[in-house]
Amino acid sequence: MILTTPAERRALLDRSRTVAMIGASPNRSRPSYFVFSYLRTKGKLDVTPINPTIAEIDGVRAYPSLDAYAAERGAPDIVDVFRKPQEAPQVTREAIAAGAKAIWFQYGVINDEAIRLADEAGLDVVVDRCIKVESARFDGGLALGGMNTGLLTAKRHAR
Amino acid sequence: MADDRTFGFRTRALHAGTPPDGETGARALPLHLSTAFVFDSTEHAAELFALRTYGNIYTRIGNPTVAAFEEKLASLEGGLGALATASGLSAQLITILSVAQSGDHIVASANLYGGTVTQFSVTLKRMGIETAFVAPGDLDAVRAALQDNTRALFVETIGNPNGAVADIAGLAEIAHAAGVPLVVDNTFATPYLCRPIEHGADVVVHSATKFIGGHGTVMGGAIVESGTFPWGAGRHLLLSTPSPGYHGLNFVETFGEYAFLQRARVEVLRDVGASISPMNAWLLVQGLETLAVRMPQHVANARAVAEFLHGRDEVAWVSYADLPDSPDRALAARYLPLGAGAVFTFGLRGGREAGRAFIEALELWSHLANVGDAKSLVIHPASTTHQQLTDEQLLAGGVSPEMVRLSVGLEDANDLIWDLERALAAASRATEVRA
Repeated sequence: MILTTPAERRALLDRSRTVAMIGASPNRSRPSYFVFSYLRTKGKLDVTPINPTIAEIDGVRAYPSLDAYAAERGAPDIVDVFRKPQEAPQVTREAIAAGAKAIWFQYGVINDEAIRLADEAGLDVVVDRCIKVESARFDGGLALGGMNTGLLTAKRHAR
Repeated sequence: MADDRTFGFRTRALHAGTPPDGETGARALPLHLSTAFVFDSTEHAAELFALRTYGNIYTRIGNPTVAAFEEKLASLEGGLGALATASGLSAQLITILSVAQSGDHIVASANLYGGTVTQFSVTLKRMGIETAFVAPGDLDAVRAALQDNTRALFVETIGNPNGAVADIAGLAEIAHAAGVPLVVDNTFATPYLCRPIEHGADVVVHSATKFIGGHGTVMGGAIVESGTFPWGAGRHLLLSTPSPGYHGLNFVETFGEYAFLQRARVEVLRDVGASISPMNAWLLVQGLETLAVRMPQHVANARAVAEFLHGRDEVAWVSYADLPDSPDRALAARYLPLGAGAVFTFGLRGGREAGRAFIEALELWSHLANVGDAKSLVIHPASTTHQQLTDEQLLAGGVSPEMVRLSVGLEDANDLIWDLERALAAASRATEVRA
C-alpha cells in the first residue's frame, strides 16, 4: 500500500521498531548521515546501516547486505533507501526477500517499477519523503523549526 | 490527529501551531522569554549545531513561541513552513539573500512600498544585487526583464500605495518558465483575503506589523514558502552547492523541500541577526487568532468609505479595486474575492494644499506612517513615506502629489465618514481661500 497521508506515515512510524538503512554513509556532510544520526540519537527506532564498504557508523555495526541483516536480526520493519532511483528496483527485490514490512524511498528516490514491485508484494511504501522529517513532524521537532506540521489538536502531549 | 481532515481557515487560525503546552497543559501559547536553551548532553548539543536534530539553541535562530507564530502563519498561507523576522523589511532582505548574492539580479514590481524600493535600489545594489523595476501589469515587460542571473521576481498582492492588484498566476507562469521563483508581499491582503501560494507564488513575505498584529503594537515580519519550487534545478547555486557557511552542507540534497527555509534560518537569519522578539511573536499569534473576524469588518468599512469618497465633488479619483470603475476590478475579483483590503488611496481636487488641509482637519483618523491598525489611519505619501524617491520613481510607483492614503480601521463606518466629510469641507475652504 502506498502511504500518501500524514496519518498513514505516522501510523507506520508508530508501529515500526527496526530500520535498515540502505546506503547509510559515515560522511558527516551526507544526507544519509543526518538521517541515521537523528534516528540513532532519538532512540525510538533501532536503525542499522546496510553498506558493504563500512564496518560501523558511530558504534552501530553495519551489515553488508539486507540478506545478512535479516539472517541475524530478522526481517526489518522498514527498509529506508538512499540510492539512485535506477537502483531502487533491485533494492526493492532485496527488501521483499528479507521480509521487510515497509520500504521508504528518501527524497528523489523515485522509481515507478520499484514502487509497483513493493506495493504488489504487500509492503507499505513511502515515496520521496524523508523519514527524519516525517518523524520530526510527529514528535514536535519540525514545529520547532517553524514548519507547518498539519497537526491540529486541543489535546495535551499529542505530539 | 483523528484523520486527515482539512480544517477551515478560522479553525487553523486558532489551533495551528498552538496545541496545549506539553509540559504544563497551558491552553494559551506560553511566552518563552529566554535567549538560550540548555542541551541534554554534549552529543545533543553537537547534533543540534550540526542541524542533524531539531530543537532550541538560541533565540536569534529560533524560539518555541516564535515557532508557534511561524507554524500558524504557514498553515494560514498554505505553505510548507515559515520564518519570522524582526520586520517586513528584514523578511524581504532575508528572502533575497537566501537566493541571491553579488552579481545576481532580481526583477521587482515598480508599484512597491517606498521602503522596499529603497532597500532594493540602494542597499541591495550596494551589495552587488541589481534590481530591474517593471510595471507588474505588463507581463511582456516582466518576461523581457528576466535575465540569466535573475534569482527572484518580487511583487505586492496589492501595491502600496497605488492599490494595483498583481496577476499572481500570470506572473508565476512567466517566472517559472524562466526558472525563477515568484515572491509575493501579501501584507495588504493577509492570508484571509488572498493566499498567493494557491495561485502559483513560491514565497510569501509579510510585514506582520500590519493586519496580522492588527493593533499597531508590534513590529514583525515573516517569510512563508510553498515547498514546491525546484531550488535544485541549477539556477540557485546558493541552495544546491556545498555552503562554506555551513561546513560544506548542500541544502537541497540534505533538506529536500525544506532547503530554502532551512538556509534562510540557519545561515541568513543567523548571520543577518534580524530575529523577532518572542514577545512580539506572542502578540502576533493573538492577532492571527482573530484575523478572520477583523478582516471582513476592515473590508466592509473600506468599501463604505471608498463609496462615500467616490461620490464627492471634492475628490478627483478613488483607487480602490472593488469599485465598479476600477481598472483592477477583474484582478480583484479573481485574487481578492472577499474584498480588496482596507488600504487605498484617493486624490483631492486642489492638489497638495487641499491634501494638507484635509489631513489637518481630521479628528478620528490618525496621521501617521503605518497601515493595518484597528484604528483608521491617514497619510500623504508624497511628503512622508515616499519622500526619498525621485519624481520619476514616484510616478513609476503610481504616487501623485494629491494622493492621500487611507488605512480603514474598525470604528463605526458612519463616524469615519462623518470625519471625512468635515475634512473635505475644510479642504474645499482652503483651496477656495487661495483661489
